[in-house]
Amino acid sequence: MTGVRDRDVPMVEARGVAKSYAGIEVLKGVDLTVNRGEVTCLIGPSGSGKSTLLRCINHLEKHDAGELRVDGELVGYEARNGKLYELNDKKICEKRSHIGMVFQRFNLFQHLTVLENVTIGQTQVKNIDRDAARSRARELLARVGLESKEKHYPSQLSGGQQQRVAIARALAMEPKLMLFDEPTSALDPELVGEVLEVMKDLAKSGMTMIVVTHEMGFAREVADTVYFLDAGIIEESGDPNLVLTSPSSDRLKIFLSKVL
Amino acid sequence: MNMTTHADGSVKVVPVRHYGRWVGGFVALVAVLMLAHTLISKVPTGQVACRTINAVRSCDKVVNWRFSWNVVFQYFSTSEVFHGLVVTLELTGLAMVIGIVGGVLLAIMRLSQSRLLSSTAWSYTWFFRGTPVLVQLLFWFNIAALYKTMSIGVPFLNVTFIHLTVNSIFTPFNAAVLALGTNEAAYFSEIARSGLIAVDEGQIEAASSLGMARGQTLRLVVLPQAMRVILPPTGNEVISMLKTSSLASAVGVIELLAATNNISAANYEVMPLLIVASLWYLMVTTILSIGQFYLERHFARGASRTPPMTPIQRIRKDVRGIVAKFRTVRPERALAP
Repeated sequence: MTGVRDRDVPMVEARGVAKSYAGIEVLKGVDLTVNRGEVTCLIGPSGSGKSTLLRCINHLEKHDAGELRVDGELVGYEARNGKLYELNDKKICEKRSHIGMVFQRFNLFQHLTVLENVTIGQTQVKNIDRDAARSRARELLARVGLESKEKHYPSQLSGGQQQRVAIARALAMEPKLMLFDEPTSALDPELVGEVLEVMKDLAKSGMTMIVVTHEMGFAREVADTVYFLDAGIIEESGDPNLVLTSPSSDRLKIFLSKVL
Repeated sequence: MNMTTHADGSVKVVPVRHYGRWVGGFVALVAVLMLAHTLISKVPTGQVACRTINAVRSCDKVVNWRFSWNVVFQYFSTSEVFHGLVVTLELTGLAMVIGIVGGVLLAIMRLSQSRLLSSTAWSYTWFFRGTPVLVQLLFWFNIAALYKTMSIGVPFLNVTFIHLTVNSIFTPFNAAVLALGTNEAAYFSEIARSGLIAVDEGQIEAASSLGMARGQTLRLVVLPQAMRVILPPTGNEVISMLKTSSLASAVGVIELLAATNNISAANYEVMPLLIVASLWYLMVTTILSIGQFYLERHFARGASRTPPMTPIQRIRKDVRGIVAKFRTVRPERALAP
């Protein structure tokens, strides 16, 4: 973004992040570092806390303890005079608008056309005028291979097409970080490839990405770092070729034997 | 070639015969015709029922139609009836505006994180749904018995901004609008709430992740999608309100029913004037139903793959179907040796 200092600061930094729901600890002190331009994959069994960690990063969930920074700034709080002040809605919204998110269930706005889905964030949040927003939206739809579908409603598209629109919608905000929450888990097997292709292109373009996924092939090919979470703890992390081929923990060995 | 196949390779298909449906349809048709006959038939001569007490009218000359359609037509568009209709429409419109605005606010309060707001909304709904609307109407009309004056200021301090005498505000019409509107808000809050919670949580998360504020999310994402759920019961409520507004006659508002009652009180033509009122209610209801259909169609966009057909589209499709049938018949004849 701006300044030299930003270059040295990791895009996401978590130190001892913890989160509980109704007394059940979902995250038990997680450390994670995501550098600029890197792709990080979070893997692990269901309920291990991968999605919760991802949702804490754009403050869809509040973490209870630990320090979580995006682009050097605390998530959800502001440190002043030795106290932490909770941010108001407006500031939280502003920060979220720089972080794109793609959901497992696509979550496209059902009442809007494909084009409107990709322009609404630009016009309503970034206050870009309609024509500029449209031309940017068309550019992005072409990038994900859906330029011919701009007048369609989400319900008229296949799952893979919907997910590609969702990626275009997130990219329209010109995010500095993209979060993917199991983006291919709700897709038919034959549609997974088209979404992964778009994500690979995005990774090549230098986008910083955090991907919660069960696609080990994608993790091995694209990720710079893989984190394996189990029961709210990071069991193992590092280069995907090492972590995924010669796991050191028994837990990961068992997990990989089931997934691969 | 087997037995069921024609020379040209086509197969004759015999559709299922719905005998029960035919019998039921025939019975219904006869019943409708009988009812229609009673509406228009003349009373046989010799049995002329002299229903008009007014001595000026002689029985043999005037009403020998049981339903006195001539009286219906005579009063159908008189200025008194027309004024009554306008008051009915005003009552319905204003009460629905109060009901919808109040109901949406109550629904949002009810879904709020704040216990104070949600329990206030719950109590409101509990009170206004729990007492008959007629009682509430009489209550607002007689409220001057409880409060002579009304003022807006700081409670328990001697500060007032606005000061009014109650009887000047709660005219019969205002009392009726307020009673019908506040009552409707209680019902509408449940309709609005069902619409709001029907919208998938994921839609709200997606809006948040784009950086939309809560108000924007509600206005641009949640409410437009909630409308699909809210509209059908809202149509019900408007039509129901149109008819419930006749209760306002109890506190002396001259709406449609009071207007026709006033006329029949003078000329004793009770049934014809009730028919006049009923015909007007039916006409307005019809117009409202048509409006509802097109509104629902508008808000259904994106929700289903094919929106429901408009009546015009349906007629066109039927005509096209019939034309196509004739077209396919002709070449067969041409083929016949």
